[in-house]
Amino acid sequence: MKIREIVELLGAKVLCCEEDLDNEVTSACASDMMSDVLAFVKDQAVLVTGLANPQVVRTALMMDIRCVVYVRGKNPDSLSVELARQKGIVLLSCDKRMFPACGILYDAGLKGGDLAV
Amino acid sequence: MTNEAKLRFEFDVDGDNFTSAGTASETVKYNLKQLGIAPDIIRRVAIVMYEGEINMVIHAKGGKAVVEIDSDEINITLKDVGPGIPDINLAMQEGWSTAPDNIRSLGFGAGMGLPNMKKYSDKMEIESVVGEGTTVKMCVKIRKEA
Repeated sequence: MKIREIVELLGAKVLCCEEDLDNEVTSACASDMMSDVLAFVKDQAVLVTGLANPQVVRTALMMDIRCVVYVRGKNPDSLSVELARQKGIVLLSCDKRMFPACGILYDAGLKGGDLAV
Repeated sequence: MTNEAKLRFEFDVDGDNFTSAGTASETVKYNLKQLGIAPDIIRRVAIVMYEGEINMVIHAKGGKAVVEIDSDEINITLKDVGPGIPDINLAMQEGWSTAPDNIRSLGFGAGMGLPNMKKYSDKMEIESVVGEGTTVKMCVKIRKEA
């Protein structure tokens, strides 16, 4: 699906890289532990998280994650937004909690990834 | 690239700034991409180096990272002068962590760093002396096209 659909499905705010909303994503992972995210490998992925520090964006960058969705109304700091803008990672924020947000995205066709490289 | 043309990158990892942790890994990832290394190899290097860099910032107040690339493999050496690891076998167990709560609240310190580094490298060696420091060497092989 396009990132734009995630915005609509979750009623999310776009925090940066609005020009990339038509990029395609095919899989997602959800975690507040970045080492879990680092064990997740899939292309064209979305990260759903309740954690909002710059290491979230850096982790996304390491894993070629195209879009980060902050749940529970979390907003990242300005450093995170600036880093994401530089690297072309779309940041979204929604008021939903982690579980319903994941359910909605899964239902709409985003799948989980494999652990192995 | 030939074996003779070994590339070497060296970084100082700033141990006082968790916010900037990962900048060396980010630079290495960019350089490997420029060199045309396969994406799955780049990602493995990114994972192991980033976890290692985070470890150096959390536990050892930073250190030095050296990355050497030749036609066969990518070697990463992370050297710190931190407190050392008293029991390496224990530290290698998934879930074992001595990270403080403030680090856990930032999304790290789940005891997955060293296991992830071992899992995603082809070879990993740890040398550690309590009170003197730790050196972690990791090798990721560059897959040859058939």
